[in-house]
Amino acid sequence: MNKMEKALYELSEMDELAARSSPIHRLHPAAKLLSTIAYIVVTVSFDKYDLSGLVPMLLWPVLLFQLSGIPVRTCFYKLRIVLPLVMAVGLFNPLFDRRIVLQLGTLAVSGGVISMLTLMLKGLLCLMASFLLMATTPIDKLCAALRMWHVPKLLVTLLLLTYRYVGVMTGELAVMTEAYHLRAPGQKGIHISAWGSFLGQLLLRSMDRAQELYASMLLRGYHEHFHYAPVRPFALKDALYAALSISAFLLLRYVHVAALLGKVIVR
Amino acid sequence: MIKFQNVSFAYEKGRPVLRDLSFSIARGEAVGLIGANGAGKSTVMKLLLGLLFGEGRILVDGTEVSKANLAVIRRKLGFVLQNSDNQMFMPTVYEDMIFGPLNYGLSREETERRVDAVLARLGLTELKHRYNHKISGGEKRMAAIATVLAMEPEAILMDEPSSALDPCNRRIVINTIRDLTQTKLITSHDLDMILDTCTRVLLLSGGRLVADGPAEEILRDRALLEANRMELPLSLAGRR
Repeated sequence: MNKMEKALYELSEMDELAARSSPIHRLHPAAKLLSTIAYIVVTVSFDKYDLSGLVPMLLWPVLLFQLSGIPVRTCFYKLRIVLPLVMAVGLFNPLFDRRIVLQLGTLAVSGGVISMLTLMLKGLLCLMASFLLMATTPIDKLCAALRMWHVPKLLVTLLLLTYRYVGVMTGELAVMTEAYHLRAPGQKGIHISAWGSFLGQLLLRSMDRAQELYASMLLRGYHEHFHYAPVRPFALKDALYAALSISAFLLLRYVHVAALLGKVIVR
Repeated sequence: MIKFQNVSFAYEKGRPVLRDLSFSIARGEAVGLIGANGAGKSTVMKLLLGLLFGEGRILVDGTEVSKANLAVIRRKLGFVLQNSDNQMFMPTVYEDMIFGPLNYGLSREETERRVDAVLARLGLTELKHRYNHKISGGEKRMAAIATVLAMEPEAILMDEPSSALDPCNRRIVINTIRDLTQTKLITSHDLDMILDTCTRVLLLSGGRLVADGPAEEILRDRALLEANRMELPLSLAGRR
């Protein structure tokens, strides 16, 4: 299995994770979507120096990992390509912001370091929340939830088809990469001289397959309307989940839990 | 059931792929459409399904294939693609099978009944909730046939249904096709499969219909087949 085939397999595995059963999986997709959006908004809203305030936000993903039975390492494994990019955000902050904001014994910590760590943590938390949503909710149920909120049909269909077509494109990339390496043994990656034609071919092949897939959809009566998986009515437990989680996020945002804990310990 | 009347088609001006093609297929007939690469077999299928439009008239059950009638036409015809990966685009076999019936306005209950009936008929019940990326090529081909049968079409079109299958899976697919009672139009280079599943053969060459007759007769005509870049089926060539 080459890297691309592995990526394709992993992508498909997300559907399997989402099809599992757990208290979190059984929640209404709209409730999960709402709390995830709220979580991301609240997380992003923390001040760039408020690292200690942000740390308690870790509790929510940790709790969800426990309740959903999704292994944490699966999350980090699947996010291994995106994580370094997110971690790179704010990497230069220590160079620009050298003002000392914290003195830990003899160690002086600059504002740049704190803001860099805050940004990294924010990115990590947002990624984990998105991953948890995808790993506990099938894409068509998410789309059904979006339609419930009257998100335009075109946008929702675009989202669903993009998700499906990513697999098609990755599949084509897997075949092409394998064909390339069979004729370029010992070569690491794709040589820069072949990038242009490789990308061009990838685009053409993906378009070709996408056309075939679309034809297959049309021949089975598709007319710009997807019949998403049936979603049960929004129940009290879903409303409670959404309300409690959003309240908890707001609490963590406006009540400095870390400072409170610190005071308690000092007393 | 299916009627082509003086149909011509060209992808590029001046280079016709089909020339003045006329034939008809009666309800319940099993017809093999054969010909060398580039003979126009796939184009015939695409024209019939309204994926392409050419000159002349194509009728399906008396309804002309036109943009206005596509929904009616496509409801009557089920198409099994050569590449099952292009047909099975949903995560699971079940989700793929319900796609067509739901689009045609069937209730969830009726769709469920159809899906279960088709899977039981094809002996694929255990595939129902399997993930498409985790089933074998043979299973995928059978599942692709199942997705089409769940729509209960009046005619089934198949593009190379036995390609890329091992002998055992090929035999399973052939037996399944033979058991289908619908009108069948099958394109293939696997002439043994055509011999096993079709009673009539249409031989295309250079976009023209060069032979139309009983499968046993046409597929035994070595001179005719070789003149059109084909060979006798292995079972008739005495090589088995």
